Amino acid sequence: MPHTVFEKIWNRHVICDLGDGWALLHIDRHLLHDLSGPPALVDVARRGLTVRNPELVFATPDHAVSTMPGRTGGTFPLGARLRVVLKEQAHAAGIRFFDLGEEGQGIVHVMGPELGLALPGLTLICGDSHTCTNGGLGALAFGVGSSESTHALVTQTLRQRKPGQMRIRFEGTPAQGVTPKDLILHAISHLGAAAAAGHAIEYAGSTIRAMKSEGRLTICNLSVEMGAKYGLIAPDDTTFSFLADRRFAPQGALFDAAVADWRTLITDEDAVFDRDEMIDASAVAPTITWGTSPEHAIPIDGLIPDPATASTAAVRQAQQAALDYMGLEPGKPLAGTGVDWVFIGSCANARLSDLREAAQLARGRRVAQGVTAWVVPGSEAVKRQAEAEGLNRVFREAGFAWHESGCSMCVAANGERIPPGARVVSTSNRNFVGRQGPGARTHLASPAMAVAAAVTGRITDVRRI
Amino acid sequence: MQPFTLVTGQAAPLMLANIDTDVIIRIERLSDPSPAHLHLYALEALRHFPDGSENPDFILNQPRFRGAPILLAGANFGCGSSREGAVWALMALGIRSVLAASFGDIFYSNCFQNGLLPVVLPESTVQALAGQTSTGESPMTIDLVRQLVISPAGEELSFEIDKQRREALLEGLDDIDRTLKHVSSITAWQAADRLARPWVWQPVTTHQANE
Repeated sequence: MPHTVFEKIWNRHVICDLGDGWALLHIDRHLLHDLSGPPALVDVARRGLTVRNPELVFATPDHAVSTMPGRTGGTFPLGARLRVVLKEQAHAAGIRFFDLGEEGQGIVHVMGPELGLALPGLTLICGDSHTCTNGGLGALAFGVGSSESTHALVTQTLRQRKPGQMRIRFEGTPAQGVTPKDLILHAISHLGAAAAAGHAIEYAGSTIRAMKSEGRLTICNLSVEMGAKYGLIAPDDTTFSFLADRRFAPQGALFDAAVADWRTLITDEDAVFDRDEMIDASAVAPTITWGTSPEHAIPIDGLIPDPATASTAAVRQAQQAALDYMGLEPGKPLAGTGVDWVFIGSCANARLSDLREAAQLARGRRVAQGVTAWVVPGSEAVKRQAEAEGLNRVFREAGFAWHESGCSMCVAANGERIPPGARVVSTSNRNFVGRQGPGARTHLASPAMAVAAAVTGRITDVRRI
Repeated sequence: MQPFTLVTGQAAPLMLANIDTDVIIRIERLSDPSPAHLHLYALEALRHFPDGSENPDFILNQPRFRGAPILLAGANFGCGSSREGAVWALMALGIRSVLAASFGDIFYSNCFQNGLLPVVLPESTVQALAGQTSTGESPMTIDLVRQLVISPAGEELSFEIDKQRREALLEGLDDIDRTLKHVSSITAWQAADRLARPWVWQPVTTHQANE
């Protein structure tokens, strides 16, 4: 029987069939961060149970730690306790903890691929919805709540129902100035924020095959913004090169044996998808959001939608509420709108390749007057490598603030927020009401578009600078 | 887990699509692990004005719907972040069941871990129910045993729900207790997997021994 790559990985991890479509699934890697890790670890202790396989669990603080230069664990006092609880509970359970200032610390979804903890064919979970990022390497990775996290710590398994199968093929060569972030924002705007609910998405097609692993991680990162708990890409030589010599990846003969196995992780030609979509990547323009859902995205040269022309009353109501919150007028171009802040960071776009791309555009330019622009590297390792390449100097000379690694203003859980009413171009993944701080107005875009906004002080088509 | 069998009461219509878990509970409110104040912060961006005062127009602040145990919601309710605090926050407000055309996948799973019943009904049905509750005073009932929504007009509407999830909710079963009965299967699976896929196990085990 033909199978999708998702089904092949799924089937391999079924410990027992629980009936009615339920399976007890083995979990190969479990990552913990400072917001979702402590409640799960405390719950394990409260129940008088123990962590079954601590060698498969890894922890790092990212959400509630300050990213201000020179930060310590105590710089953001509310988060200090969470970090200490995570550290103490991890040590007590024998779980590897990557602390501030140590290679391995970082946004959990940047850290997993970077350390080779995420590998093709693995099941990987974290108490965080952007865990789907790791699917970019061919892992079956998904976010869970704290109850499921507790369950996995105690049993190294989860009770799951197999999701529907959805494929999105990107075909063609993207135009200059169009990045993986633009492609996935375009797909979400085209298909809708709930299009993949109940499904796992496999991204395929010539555009994906030609894309580097970092870009694939960005694509998979935003799967959950289309409603999917899982997004993945079949591993290939690009993946294997990315993983070679990573700290926790297999080495030598063991790596070769793994690669031989990973090569079988492809979707069979006659595998059946419940939903199959195709997107012409060559026709996509740099894309940016105007509203309060990731589906509210338009080409940079497009017009802000007019609720009066919406297809249903529900869409009209949602668009009007979004326009009111964002302080925008329907039917006008979004380009040219003044911005107050620019945030380059997050698990969507704070890998080294993102910072290189941003620095290349920032070099020799200046952040416009009245704009506050931050660059927050995705991990300690990204920060060190960027500094070794001099990217921090490029950013500083252009007027960007250079930060320590963490989630920072993507989720505003660490006291770092966009002020009420301020407008920000952000390389993160959520433009929800209040996400970056109460009243903050977020426009999601690529790192290149973020730099374009920073240096012009307006929402700007990156192809024009 | 708190069992769920039946709930009767007012059903508050909140028919905006894509209400995400950041709106249900801001992440900062969860950095304090004590859940005692969650009811103050649930849906705060909608319930309160920026100065912290109550928005009297918001549905759950209207006298009839204050403390309503049922929420009628727009599609894709609970999308976004996996924070289980979103479920805790709704339950802290007294909500026991949410009816919507679709839910965020992780939020949907989290509901069943805590005894909150998410009911999927066609968009037009949820809209029609919202119309009824907006105009009348009669309560609505959600009966999990009979898998029925009884509308304020007395109409019985059946809904689908996964069999195992229904049983677990009705009896308040704990997933961990149930899974621990399979511990010998887990041990056998892991032993076989260490041989079949040594690259999954060796690098992390070696590191743990060395570090």
